[in-house]
Amino acid sequence: MKVLVCVKQTFDTEAKIELKDGKISDAGINLIMNPYDEVAVEGGIQLKEKKLADEVVVVSAGSDKAMDAIRTALAMGADRGILVKQDTAADEYARAVALAAVMKEENPDIILAGHVAADDGSSQVPTRIAEILGLPHVNVITNLELADGKAVCTSEADGGTLVTEVSLPAVISCQVSWNEPRYPSMKGIMQAKKKPVATVDAAAADNKVAILEYSLPPAKSAGIKIEDAEPAEAAAKLADWMKNTVKVEVK
Amino acid sequence: MSNLIKGGNFLCEQITPQAIYTPEDFTDEHKMIYRTALGFVNDRVLSQMDDLEAKKEGLNKALLLEAGELGLLGTDVPEEYGGYEMDKISTCIIAECMGRAGGFAMTHGGQTGIGQLPIVYFGTHEQKMKYLPGIVTGEIGTAYALTEPGAGSDALSAKAWATLSPDGKYYVLNGTKQFITNSAFADIFIVFAKVDREKFTGFIVDADSEGLSTGPEEHKMGIKGSSTRTLILENVKVPVENVLFEIGKGHVIAFNILNMGRYKLAGNAVGNCKQAIELAAQFAVDRVQFGKSIAEFGLIKEKLGEMATRTYVAESMLYRTGGLLDEMMHSLDMSGPDGGQVAAKGIEEYALECSINKVFATEVQGYVMDEGVQIHGGYGVTSEYPIERLYRDCRVYRIFEGTNEINRTVITSTLVRRGLSGQIPLKEAISEVNEKLAGEVVTRNGEAELVQAGKEILLYTLGAVLGKYGKDILKYQEIVGKIADMCMRVFGMESAWLRAQKAAANYGEEAAKIKMNMAKVFINTAIGTMVNLAKEVMAAIAEGDELKKHLANIQKLSSYIPADTIAIRQEIASAVTSQVKYVV
Repeated sequence: MKVLVCVKQTFDTEAKIELKDGKISDAGINLIMNPYDEVAVEGGIQLKEKKLADEVVVVSAGSDKAMDAIRTALAMGADRGILVKQDTAADEYARAVALAAVMKEENPDIILAGHVAADDGSSQVPTRIAEILGLPHVNVITNLELADGKAVCTSEADGGTLVTEVSLPAVISCQVSWNEPRYPSMKGIMQAKKKPVATVDAAAADNKVAILEYSLPPAKSAGIKIEDAEPAEAAAKLADWMKNTVKVEVK
Repeated sequence: MSNLIKGGNFLCEQITPQAIYTPEDFTDEHKMIYRTALGFVNDRVLSQMDDLEAKKEGLNKALLLEAGELGLLGTDVPEEYGGYEMDKISTCIIAECMGRAGGFAMTHGGQTGIGQLPIVYFGTHEQKMKYLPGIVTGEIGTAYALTEPGAGSDALSAKAWATLSPDGKYYVLNGTKQFITNSAFADIFIVFAKVDREKFTGFIVDADSEGLSTGPEEHKMGIKGSSTRTLILENVKVPVENVLFEIGKGHVIAFNILNMGRYKLAGNAVGNCKQAIELAAQFAVDRVQFGKSIAEFGLIKEKLGEMATRTYVAESMLYRTGGLLDEMMHSLDMSGPDGGQVAAKGIEEYALECSINKVFATEVQGYVMDEGVQIHGGYGVTSEYPIERLYRDCRVYRIFEGTNEINRTVITSTLVRRGLSGQIPLKEAISEVNEKLAGEVVTRNGEAELVQAGKEILLYTLGAVLGKYGKDILKYQEIVGKIADMCMRVFGMESAWLRAQKAAANYGEEAAKIKMNMAKVFINTAIGTMVNLAKEVMAAIAEGDELKKHLANIQKLSSYIPADTIAIRQEIASAVTSQVKYVV
């Protein structure tokens, strides 16, 4: 069984976002593997350790910098990598087309991915890949069991747990609570150097979305302190402030 | 070895920015190692710090096993013996991250440094096979027992003794060793004892040997998370095959592993400084007084700017030295059975740099922790804030692995020895400065020229001292100490400057801005200190007209227009507070 994991290189979640010339500045920003994808990589490696999978392949679409995310996955224990060279301005559609093209070639039994990227948070790529490839898709899973050519996926539902059984191949995207990703060990880091990474050009696809403008969220303004007031009076003052100053929308 | 930079030669030769190693040169693997080690410390050690400090039974050992699983205990061990045989930069990165781990840094250092390297460098194949794989995984806990109640800095005056049994099969060890890190759970001790009360010798002693016991835990000021006890040896039988290296050659082991130990301790200190800057910056940003964040006040900015600057200098020295050590390792053939000794000998080339790193980084650490507490104000002295623990933990760094006083004598004596024997062209460099002094006064323009001024002030001062005392200089400890102080400032000024230059050349001026600023601040303040040190030394060795001549010459060498360090520190502080961490 072959497991393919999609990973994205994102800004460090602690990075401070700054705009420069109307665009997000990446100067001095530490890049990491999307933490949700890290969970997917760990899930894939665990399948291999349990002898349920024979090979774990990581795929990333992006610039040369994405190689770092691939190497990290290899150091964690993935077997080989594929870097799909693509303009980082590619939108979710173009990205899904490029990744799906690789998957057609690779023909994996399971495609794993984080359900969302920590940077743009669009949560679209795994679903789009499933659509393009005509595969079933289970989203936001917190557990995965494999048996008899099928996957049994657990995910959170309102007030309970949803268990979905799906035939393979399938695209399965995960929530961070699925597992705790390992740190690459020194041994893993040394072995990763020798593992193969193929580089391919992205299949051509035009963006469907055009970004018109970037803006930072407004800075948090100071609150108010209501002192020396009886509860009823204080509540009235607060409600007034919320309605007329903050302009909280009440639906 | 002909292409290698000689130890101590930074004083005599011009080095280009591209010739030094800097943290900007980390490979992808180095960055991964950094993340793994830092992640381990944050997730596994700091999350359990209260338990560790309370000496929770078995926790140190459990953490060592976890570190072992990640490979964090075996970067200096050859693959043949279960290790990962990585470069010194990787070893240093791990040490840096461990510097954030409070007392566990000592547990880790005991296991990977003094408790392990004597076997790596001087063990027989059989000893390596028997112990190293277990030390690398953490299954075998290890400790180093050199110090005694009456033998600290003067380690060779140790009293512990060993006597060969009548059948020649084992040695019988007796004595008491003190301040032994990891002693609570160590499975083996590297013990130094005198065979027949005269031949100083190393032994590998199994902890379950009959007659071996440990005393109660010491109540320490800091690093409470580590185990420190006395080791008591009462007629402990140690098989002859457990003699480490040769009878009477214990001092060779002890001195050789000190270099790496000192180097890695500087790594710990740098990591610890970065941690304190994060804590102090966070507190300064959050704390509001007089209606604004205290990070906006000049005197707090000055502290944050200076803390970052000194940390940057220590970090620049640290990785520059790591690069030297790696170049050396690559040049050596360590494939033979004595490969470990070859490695230790190679590292010794940079004994001077290792001592400079130890003294400078641990004194920067002391300064950073002190200001870290000061920024916290009254909260800084409550145990509610981690800076209080960091302040206590850092104190011992200036004491162990050779006190900073011992290390200062190592710095100056090594420099003088190498210079007088012609290993480095010290005498020629001193003559050049004296020739230069015959000419006109040249006002130094810019930091590169100030670095050169620093070198010349030191060379001139050293020349005058050597002229007066020759080899006897070592008898005058205060002068020795001041020469060492000047020496480490020169190494620091140059390392900081070359690193900023290298970054500017490779990534552009803008990317190198903060580095350049920190180098400027350090160089401009250090040069003043250098001048004062030089004057003090001269006043001690000369008087009357001779002293006047020396002072005039120092003046001549140090003519410069200072940079606006107040404004530059403010810029550095802004970078620190905007990211709430040490930034370069």
